[in-house]
Amino acid sequence: MDGNDAGEAGGLRLAAEGAETRALLTGALGLADLPDLQARLARIEGPVTFDLSGARRIDTAVAWALLTARDRLAAGGTRAEIAGATGDVAAILETVRAALPEPEPQPGPPRGLRVQIERLGAHVAGGWEGFLSFLGLLGLFVARLFGALLRPREFRLTALAHHCQAVGLQAVPIVALMSFLIGVVLAFQGSAQLRQFGAEVFVVDLIAISILRELGILLTAIIVAGRTASAFTAAIGSMKMREEIDAMRTLGIDPGHALIVPRVLALVLMLPILGLLANVAGLFGGALMSWIELGISPAMFMTRLSEGTDLNHAAVGLVKAPVFAVLIGVIGCRAGLQVGSTAESLGRMTSAAVVAAIFAVILADALFSIFFQQIGV
Amino acid sequence: MAETVIEVRGLRTQFGPHVVHDGLDLDVRRGEILGVVGGSGTGKSVLLRAITGLVTPAAGRVRMLGTDMQDAREAELDALAARIGVMFQDGALFSSLTVRENVETPLTTLSHLDAETRESLARLKISLAGLPWSAGDKYPSELSGGMRKRAGLARALALDPEIVFLDEPTAGLDPIGAADFDELIRGLSTALGLTVFLVTHDLDTLYATCDRIAVLAEKRVLVTGTLDDMLEVDHPWVRAYFQGPRARAARGEEIATPPADA
Repeated sequence: MDGNDAGEAGGLRLAAEGAETRALLTGALGLADLPDLQARLARIEGPVTFDLSGARRIDTAVAWALLTARDRLAAGGTRAEIAGATGDVAAILETVRAALPEPEPQPGPPRGLRVQIERLGAHVAGGWEGFLSFLGLLGLFVARLFGALLRPREFRLTALAHHCQAVGLQAVPIVALMSFLIGVVLAFQGSAQLRQFGAEVFVVDLIAISILRELGILLTAIIVAGRTASAFTAAIGSMKMREEIDAMRTLGIDPGHALIVPRVLALVLMLPILGLLANVAGLFGGALMSWIELGISPAMFMTRLSEGTDLNHAAVGLVKAPVFAVLIGVIGCRAGLQVGSTAESLGRMTSAAVVAAIFAVILADALFSIFFQQIGV
Repeated sequence: MAETVIEVRGLRTQFGPHVVHDGLDLDVRRGEILGVVGGSGTGKSVLLRAITGLVTPAAGRVRMLGTDMQDAREAELDALAARIGVMFQDGALFSSLTVRENVETPLTTLSHLDAETRESLARLKISLAGLPWSAGDKYPSELSGGMRKRAGLARALALDPEIVFLDEPTAGLDPIGAADFDELIRGLSTALGLTVFLVTHDLDTLYATCDRIAVLAEKRVLVTGTLDDMLEVDHPWVRAYFQGPRARAARGEEIATPPADA
């Protein structure tokens, strides 16, 4: 009964009868015999009869090989026929013959300069539309935020607290560690250069200004962009995939209220705090390294810090935080809302969100630098 | 009587404290189409998964095509995997591959086939499942639900299995698509000598395709037999299922009192 046992493997025997070849198939043949069978069938020339009277069992792959061999010979004008099939073997042969697919000519992908230009145009237009939809969602966020101020009962405090914990509290260890290490590196590198001029003590100014003005908040924003923008996209995107967002709309729940305001607002509240923590951790790392490397005592570091560094520097750094937060949050939520119905689009939008958020943060930082330079802060 | 290809004895499956099957026995014979029915939550799909080895039973024995699933070594299980095919409810196609590449996937595990043969065989299976040539170059997300199911069937058939497991093949299809699919299953089973293990809710599918029916209830197979046998069974669920208005409609009997405004 069982045709797959190795013991009674089938085979192909070729016998010449004058000019004609008689191809005898015997036993049970299956997918495993296909390569060998194909190779031998391909060598057959001239008129041939495939005799299946000895075949006990074949599968669709073998039937396909026989039929294509016959068609190949027939196309060359040689006589080729399949004979002797009975019972199950004939049924499979007939099923496969009926199902042999007809290749349909597919229009190849269009080529040429025109297509390239079209693609470039589509990219430019797509980029502009992406910017517009970013502005649209930003507007939605601001509108819903003010709506919540007017009707505080609609505000979702629980969701806000939950997101504050996820984007703020849980990011503290990584942000603090990263900033501490940056402080260490700055002190180490700075002292090596400044020692050449005998100006080691200025390493305090170097650390303080670079961390407070730029590095503390910028690196925090980049870490948060990687961690939180992707989380927003994945969470909102998977809700979009399972039609939860459509369900919200039909139930009269506004996704802006329920999903976007708590997330973006949590970032706006938490990013300045994370930035402040990053500043403290960076200064601590710098002070530690200055002490070890240059012998600047913590007390001296503090004195030098309070004398030489204006509070403006810290303000310039922290004032950027809410702007970065809005950029990261809105970009993450927007990407989530653009997820389609497939798992693949979720992955694509998540990585697009992280790239866009980091780019936006760095671009905004550059614009801030020019702005502060111009107003002379 | 034909040889038994799947033999389940005393199967017990549970997830934590929740027992799905307890002391379940079932035989599937070669060449038949067995329909497995049961209410929602009676563990029809879990039974399919337990037999195919996707769920490890807490107790009991599953013997498929002469291999004891519990004691089998990895190599034996691999060999067995080539002799069965599974079609999941929504096709479970790999979304990053085209339909043709999906059907080719099982074939690539047989390294001795060259790429051209693999492609041709995949095209043949796609055509056997009733899909047009152009569907082979599409991604699963570009297909309708019915086409995805057919593509899932094509992939299940890729290695010319002896047993095919189908999980709710007609769920979510329109009546015409479902009837076509029933016919396809019946036709392929006859032509290729397939044994089919079919989990379904669809009474029309039962009437159109199945040789035998197994009813799951009370954590075991309550009864097996032909459709006519089912009408004799005295169990509230079986009676409600096979003698309800939908069952009578599927059987082609006239419903006793048709609603006036129907």
